[in-house]
Amino acid sequence: MVRPRTRSLWEIMDTIDRRIIFLILLVVVAIPLLTSVGGRIPPTPPVQSAFAAVESLEPGDYLMLSIDFDATSAPELMPMLRAVLRQAFGKHLRVIMLGHIAIGLPLGHMALEQAAQEFGAEYGVDYVDLGYRPGYIAVMIGMGREIEDFYATDYRGAPIRDMPITKDLHSYDDIDLLFGFEHGAVLDYWVRYAQARYHQRMVFGTTAVMAPDAYPYLQAGQIEGLVGGLKGAAEYETLTGQAGLGTRGMPAQQWAHILVIGFIALGNLGFFFRRRAERRRGVSA
Amino acid sequence: MRRTVPLVITFLTGAFLVVSFFIPHDPFGQLEQRLLVWFAIVSGFTMLLGIDSLVRSHIRKVTRRRDGWGHSVALIAGLAVTVALGIAGFVKYDSPFHIQSPFMFIYTYSIVPLQGTMFALLAFFIASASYRAFRARNSVATMLLVAAVIVMLGRVPIGAAISRFFPAAQEWIMNYPQLAAKRGIQIGAALGAMSMSLRIMLGIERSYLS
Repeated sequence: MVRPRTRSLWEIMDTIDRRIIFLILLVVVAIPLLTSVGGRIPPTPPVQSAFAAVESLEPGDYLMLSIDFDATSAPELMPMLRAVLRQAFGKHLRVIMLGHIAIGLPLGHMALEQAAQEFGAEYGVDYVDLGYRPGYIAVMIGMGREIEDFYATDYRGAPIRDMPITKDLHSYDDIDLLFGFEHGAVLDYWVRYAQARYHQRMVFGTTAVMAPDAYPYLQAGQIEGLVGGLKGAAEYETLTGQAGLGTRGMPAQQWAHILVIGFIALGNLGFFFRRRAERRRGVSA
Repeated sequence: MRRTVPLVITFLTGAFLVVSFFIPHDPFGQLEQRLLVWFAIVSGFTMLLGIDSLVRSHIRKVTRRRDGWGHSVALIAGLAVTVALGIAGFVKYDSPFHIQSPFMFIYTYSIVPLQGTMFALLAFFIASASYRAFRARNSVATMLLVAAVIVMLGRVPIGAAISRFFPAAQEWIMNYPQLAAKRGIQIGAALGAMSMSLRIMLGIERSYLS
């Protein structure tokens, strides 16, 4: 009778139930989220540039915010949006919100209302939500000529020409800065159409996954700043001096990264030793 | 004739939009704006077509009792309830997006958590995949793995605490090798898009007519 070969430690580890891995990740993310408040995250140059672009605006200037994400990316992008809104209302900028992801725009609207309430801003005077319009490429190009052609009314159906904030708003010439919050390809279209064609000043906040896509535009000077992922949000909060969900989320992200690096190291050690053992068995056979 | 007319319209519209990009003055600019407004309106109608197609497909699934037909019932019911609450919000608050409207209630407490949960699952699969699949099988895979570890460490505070090398190396990877590759991909994609646009305008690519 042939005795079954004893499995090595690495072989055992290679067959760990994935539910155990899921459980470890849950614990590693949940504990810092529930217990840690996070610390100051030193800002990197792309985030500093984004912050400086907003800071360069004068009271009464127009800041357009484009909400191009939905709940899937809210943990990364909402902290950025909140920080930018606080900065904008604190500087008495006029805020115009719109969005090209219909299902995400209410998230932006809720953050806008919350920040406006905090700073006592008045709808139609200090801020407005233009809402969603289908066909975003056409909208982006057409806004270079006349915004009212696409946004004749705000999200509630009120005519924009009846509101003080938008009565003299016509095109990108009137928008001092565009700040897009992106989790997909809309960023490319903003750059291609609003920046390349109409030279609109713009900065972006993106998910960490999307940030690499924006680096070519940043290096080319087509966008002035970039806030990438939760870390970018935490850096932006550091610059505004008010810690929020970005800063609070960083410890969880940190431990998740360490765990993933640990998993990669363990997996590769197992791979290396198992392959060496297989080669030895092959030689001895 | 049935093919020629659409091909001529496509060519003329495409050529006109190219000209209006370089000569934005009237009448080109004004006509371009009109075409863009039409594009936005047509895009709106494509949503209705999408909803129609979705509902028909799922109703068929339910009536024929295909596998998973219960999910289709949930989808149709969810769609109907969301539309009804949107209309109710519009009637009561002049907008479904009013913060107290029933539509915003279902959005905040149902749609947002569901979407968030679906996407959050990705983190678990990434953790599992990092353990099982991210292997240094050859030199190229090893380079990718080392770069990934440096970027991951460079983007969290502990990376800087271990050594200033990690944030600096992370920035370097993002600014040079990553950017060079990304730029190459983008230039390639742009050339491909231009080539495809020309093929459509010149009537070489006709699959959109079928």
